Formats: sequence, C-alpha cells, structure tokens
Amino acid sequence: MKTQAKNIQGRGYPVERGGFVPDGQVHWSLAGYLTHLVNGCLSLVKGMGLTFGYFSHPGRIITQQYPENRETLVMFPRFRGRLALVMDEAGGAPLCTACGMCEKACPNGSISVLTRRDSGNRKVLGRYLYRFSQCTLCNLCVESCVFGAIRMAQDFELAAYDSSDLQLVLYGKEE
Amino acid sequence: MTEQQAGLAGDIMENGVAMTVPPGFSIDRREGHTDEYFLNMGPQHPSTHGVLRLMLRMDGENVLEVVPHLGYIHRGLEKIGENQTYLQNIHLTDRLDYLSSHINNLALCLAIEKAMGIGVPERAEYIRVMVCELQRIQSHLLWWGVLGMDLGAITSFLYGFKERELITDIFEEMCGARLTMNFFRPGGSFADVPDTFIPRVRAVVERMKSAIDEYDTLLTNNVIMHLRTKGIGVLAAETALAHGCSGPVLRGSGVAFDVRRSDPYSIYDRFSFDIPVGTVGDCFDRYKVRMEEMRQSLRIIEEAAASFPGGPYRSKKYATYNLPAGSYYSQVETARGLLGVYIEADGGPKPYRIKYRSPSFANLSALNDLAAGHKLADLVPIIATLDVLIPDIDR
Ligand code: SF4
Ligand code: SF4
Repeated sequence: MKTQAKNIQGRGYPVERGGFVPDGQVHWSLAGYLTHLVNGCLSLVKGMGLTFGYFSHPGRIITQQYPENRETLVMFPRFRGRLALVMDEAGGAPLCTACGMCEKACPNGSISVLTRRDSGNRKVLGRYLYRFSQCTLCNLCVESCVFGAIRMAQDFELAAYDSSDLQLVLYGKEE
Repeated sequence: MTEQQAGLAGDIMENGVAMTVPPGFSIDRREGHTDEYFLNMGPQHPSTHGVLRLMLRMDGENVLEVVPHLGYIHRGLEKIGENQTYLQNIHLTDRLDYLSSHINNLALCLAIEKAMGIGVPERAEYIRVMVCELQRIQSHLLWWGVLGMDLGAITSFLYGFKERELITDIFEEMCGARLTMNFFRPGGSFADVPDTFIPRVRAVVERMKSAIDEYDTLLTNNVIMHLRTKGIGVLAAETALAHGCSGPVLRGSGVAFDVRRSDPYSIYDRFSFDIPVGTVGDCFDRYKVRMEEMRQSLRIIEEAAASFPGGPYRSKKYATYNLPAGSYYSQVETARGLLGVYIEADGGPKPYRIKYRSPSFANLSALNDLAAGHKLADLVPIIATLDVLIPDIDR
C-alpha cells in the first residue's frame, strides 16, 4: 500500500541548516549551524540592500503611470484594439467593396457584411456589423482584406456594462 | 477497499460512521491514522496558478495523497479546432499555454508547413528563433516572480514583471498583442518585424544579464528560499520519465532532454547553447534549471541578433491551406516542455482531428509522487516549480 509517506524530507541530501541526513536522522554540527546562520542573515541583508538601492535610485524603474498618463499615452501603430473601417481619404466613404472575405476569415463569426444595390445596380456595402463581444482580436480579418478596408484601431478601454453595447454597427447605422 | 482501489467514489464505514471517499483516492485507513481528512484546494486559490483544483488527503499537516481535478476551464479547443480552418486554428493555440503563445503558434505552423511542403525564408527563421527565445525568458520571468510571491516574497513578483514588461513591449510593437499573439503563419509570420526590433532586443539582452544577477541576490541566494525548496519535492529521473514529464521539470531531475537539441526544428541546430540539468531533482534544482535557461536563451538571441539577415519575412501566401489527407506531427520545446501537435487531415481546409500533447498535463501527473509525504506548505513550492499552466492542461 502506498499510504506511507514516500518522500522523507531531506533524506540523503545535505540540509542547509547545518545538519546532514544520511539515514533519516539529522546529524548536527555547531560549525555548520553557525556558518548557515551567518550566511543566511547575510543573504537577507543583501536582498534588502537591492531593494533599498532601487528605492534611492528609481532610474531603472519602468512602470507606466497609467491612468495618470492617459492624455499622453500613445499605443504602437500595430496595436490590435477593436476593428475599424478605413475610410476613403477624400469623400469619407468606406474602402470596403463588400466582398465578404473578412466575414469568411473570422474564426468567431464576429463580422457580418450586408450588401445593397446602388443607383447603378452595383453591389456595395450596406451595413457592416461587428460583434465585438465575440471578437478575439486575432487580426485574421485584416489580413484577409485585400483592399485594406479594415484595420485594428488603437483604443483599448473597451469594457462595457452590457454585452449589447458590444454589438457595433461600423457602417450603415442610420438604416 | 477494492471499491476504492478501483477509483470509485463510495462510502466506507469508519468507527460506525459513514465517510464518503472522493473519487480517485486509494484510501487505506489504518490504526494510528485516525485524523485523516480530505481538503479541497482550489480552484480559486492564490497559489495554484490559475484554476487548478486539488483534492488532498491529509494526516494533520502532512499531505498523504494529492489528486488533481481537471476540467474547470475546459473549453474543448480540440473540438472547436475541427470546425476551424488551419489558419484559424493558429489563434486557438494562443490559448493553450498563454505564456508560450508564440511557441504554440510555431508548433502548429510547423505541422502545416511539413504537410504542404512550405519553405520558410531565412529571415523568418531568425525571427522565429528570437521571438520564441524572448517568449521563453518572458514566461520564466513571470514564473520567477510568481514563485517568489507563492513563498511570501512580493518583491520578486514586481521585479520579475519589470523586465518582462520590456519583452512584452517588443511583442506589442511587433504584432500588436501582449498575450494572445497569433503572429506566426505557415511560411513565416503575418508581418515583418519593425526596424526597432533588433535595437530593442539588444537592449533587453543587455539589461537581462544584470537583471538575472539581481534575481540571484533577491531569491536564488536567499536563505528562506533555500529552506523552502531544497530537498522538497524530489522527482527521480525514472519517475519523471515514466510520467512523460518534459521541459525544466525533466531536466531538473538530471535528464538532458530538450527538443531544441534532440529534434531541432526551425534553425536551432545553428546556435550554441547548453542544456542545464539538475542533480537532485528537488524544487531548487528545477528553479536553477529555469534560471540558467534564461541565460542560455539570451545567448541564442545574442547570436541570432548578430547575424540577423534581410530578405522576405514570409514565403508564398496561400489563399487556403488544404492539407493533403494523412497524419502530421510536429513538436517544439515550449517554456514548459514538449508540445506536440498531431493533425489528422482529410484533404479539406479543416482538420479532421487535431490533438495537442501539452507539457503541463504530463508534468502535473507527477504531482502526487512529488508531494506525498510533505507538509501542506511544501505543496506550494512544488506546484510553483512544476510550473503547470491550467489552460494548457484543460485545453
Ligand atoms: S472589409 Fe475588406 S474583406 Fe471585408 S468585405 Fe470589405 S473589402 Fe471585403
Ligand atoms: S479580429 Fe479575428 S475575431 Fe475579431 S473580427 Fe477579426 S477575424 Fe474576427
């Protein structure tokens, strides 16, 4: 039966407390004990010394003072926040051609691209639905779009009280 | 007796009182052990690193038997993976061992590349190696900090995060994410590294060298650390091998097995690095192995940064990745050990079956051998130096 304790603590292993346990029995020596005592105290003092070094020379500290630095905080250009449509520079119309590749690429079904017909009977983007609550910010949709019509935006404070607030309509809201 | 040995839950009569034995225990209630009791540890417990639930059979303060209960955060990633394309599966591997997400991504990419015969450009290989080694250091830094915290030293937690932050910033600038990276793709990665990558990496390497010495002052040479880890949780090499342990847990027991050396993937065969091994196999040996691994990773990164080539970062992109029917396997060394990806493909865009062989699962199975016979307080450093990651276990 394997109920008996299998690992006897420190068996066959030199114990730092100044004793040695070759047979399950601790053999003490005064010299070993004292050496251990002094070295042990020294190690604690050294550790505290390092902490006080940082305390008096905080130059190596790299902590960001968020949220105090909110105004000046700039995320990296590639930062993957929530999805956003890229708009045409001149007219403000979306670059999206409603091809639906991003919808296919999304592993979580976060995107729905709905089309409509314009006056010339061409298929154009009607509504762009984005369920942020389902999105894992994986970047696959952005990679799949050959038109560069979507990007990951830079905002990151995206918590909401209600999951329905995370059902976003990126385009065609008024319809 | 027989009922419990078969691992079934059941009632046993104890001094005329019916006791319920939780499933998984082989209880032997003998004379002189009358105050045995069961203790539930976790899932929400500050020192179980996530949501690990342990059932303990205790005799006073001594742990007699530990049975881990899994499944608390099981998400069925392997089943979900059957309904996702191979490309989409990469982002699921982020969620296995989230501290090694780059390395997990790489494991799946290697399997896809092997199946479709996709070549990887030189620059992409260098990016992969450097990023994976940075990730290993980053993961070990978190482990180091949390280990200190588990032992009651909050300082080390903050110091570990200090340098870890620099590495996380490199990743954030490179791929936009800090945890679930989803960066590697079959044939390379989805973007090239920014121009600031190499200078930033060099700066981190420089700083890490002195930082590891600081860590040694803070924790490695600390007497409390020694008393709490030396001789605790001794894992014999045979036991470790029998349980299929890998990574620093196995190396701590003295077995110099590292996938990067024994089955080199990517371009690891070009770099010189040592495989640190322990001698006793106790908590302190596993600790030392990880500390030394950080130094070795720095060596690899330095070497790679010195000869970082130009050129394309990704080979030809495919519209769809349809693996030819058959089974494919790839393995990598994550920060926790051997991660294997096994794909059973049926020729379509989605895997018929995808299986992950995760290191934490095998490492956790040795827990009872490590912890039985120790005090309850020793269980904490044992779990901490096993460095199991629960999403990696539950998947
Ligand atoms: S965002 Fe891009 S991929 Fe998606 S529908 Fe529009 S053009 Fe197509
Ligand atoms: S980032 Fe990923 S999950 Fe989110 S919408 Fe794009 S493809 Fe879908």
